Amino acid sequence: MKFAAATPPYTLNHPRWYRKRVSTYWWLQRREYLRFVLREISSVFIAIFVVELLFQIYALSRGPEAYVAFLNFLKNPFVIALNIISFFFVVFHSITWFNLSARAMTIRVGGKKVPGFMISGPNFVAWFVISAAIAWLLLRA
Amino acid sequence: MDAQPTKLRIEPLLWILFSAGGVVAAFLIPIHLLILGVAIPLNLLQATEYSSAIDMLKFPLVRLYLFVLCSVPLFHAAHRIRYTLYDGLQIKHLNEVIAAACYGGAVIGTVVAGYLLWSFQ
Amino acid sequence: MADTIKLEVSRYSPETDAAPHFQSFEVPYRKDWVVLDALNYIKDKQDGSLTYRWSCRMGICGSCGMLVNGEPKLTCATFLADYAPAPVRVEPLRNFPVVRDLVIAMNDFMRKLQKMKPWLIRKEEKPVSEGEYLQSPAQLEAFKQYSMCINCMLCYAACPVYGLDPLFSGPAAIALAQRYNLDSRDQGAKDRFPVLSQHDSIWGCTFVGECTRVCPKHVDPAGAIQQYKLTAALDWVKSVVMPWGGK
Repeated sequence: MKFAAATPPYTLNHPRWYRKRVSTYWWLQRREYLRFVLREISSVFIAIFVVELLFQIYALSRGPEAYVAFLNFLKNPFVIALNIISFFFVVFHSITWFNLSARAMTIRVGGKKVPGFMISGPNFVAWFVISAAIAWLLLRA
Repeated sequence: MDAQPTKLRIEPLLWILFSAGGVVAAFLIPIHLLILGVAIPLNLLQATEYSSAIDMLKFPLVRLYLFVLCSVPLFHAAHRIRYTLYDGLQIKHLNEVIAAACYGGAVIGTVVAGYLLWSFQ
Repeated sequence: MADTIKLEVSRYSPETDAAPHFQSFEVPYRKDWVVLDALNYIKDKQDGSLTYRWSCRMGICGSCGMLVNGEPKLTCATFLADYAPAPVRVEPLRNFPVVRDLVIAMNDFMRKLQKMKPWLIRKEEKPVSEGEYLQSPAQLEAFKQYSMCINCMLCYAACPVYGLDPLFSGPAAIALAQRYNLDSRDQGAKDRFPVLSQHDSIWGCTFVGECTRVCPKHVDPAGAIQQYKLTAALDWVKSVVMPWGGK
């Protein structure tokens, strides 16, 4: 096998090697890939929530009638369905995010590596505590 | 030998924004979405009164919180959507267009959020 | 319990075939046999033209990586008993060009390993009279996990990013770079930085995590890559906040 003197920009081509083209649906071919793509798609629903929040702030700035119109818009069955689906995706993002960040960090205490669940565990607890605090702040008004 | 690669400047920043957005989104968005998008429309909870909402928005800290809640997750989403389009749909030839559209969208959203919250009432 | 098991093996002869096809073989089913044993049986007794790589048969050389039912595995460490009585599908590693049958071309992989400067880089070598470089157990722990890589390429077969972008450096190469970056004897982290902080290197990784899941030596390349992203990001922040640079 001859190696090119200059580094090729792509892998070497040999006419008799078989190269399989990656299908556009590669992400459907294995359960793990599908899970990965769903995790990435959760970001779309995060963006949808931000847009809703921006509309809420905009409605508040336009006056009480605009605000009521916005709340009524949220009551539309399609919007409720979208928000319920969004909620599941957003929670999926949180769960996968805390698990991922535990794996991305190596914290050593006294020379020994801290196991993953000890990093993600406190994150989950903090998530519940912060959520409860926000709910209390929002709902006592 | 490979030509000396040019030093990348922008990718680390985009990754930092992506990570920060991911953290903000992970901790804060689920409860806000649950209350605003599910519980209130289904009449499980009472919607905040208009006057109470305005009162809350008088605090600069509340406005800052909302700004962070809007802006950083948008960059998180932009980064992930950009890579998903790049990898998932294999439309590499549109790489620059996709990147501009994604991060451009995030910038627009951030500017809108900043403008709305800065100029409130 | 049946005493034979069916193997569906991917065959490809570049002289005669346009694309790989499957060929079925019935091999004896023994509870202690691995897929490699079955392949060796086929080659010994049924079809001597079957071509595949293997060597140590004990999970340390990294030669026998293949897809077993679509999952990247070392065939010397994959028991038939875990699949029986269903047929077992054996294919060459994903994302690599197939040379023949179950053999893939690994030139690209070897080139990417070399790009990472996988050797101890020092500003100045210590003279022999000054003795060896001492390392505490904690300093060894910092990089030991990443030194366990056996170059089996299962992570490349699992990584969808590598499949979609052949320019991507890949999990093993970046983990190898980290093995040297984190080694207390090494002073070459700055030399490796321009190779690593690229679109087709660490920034191409989207943390799918499949590489870590399939790694037979628990190297955790995904963790290595994410940690290096953080290192590179902090380095960027430092260069922006303190541009005069304290090297």
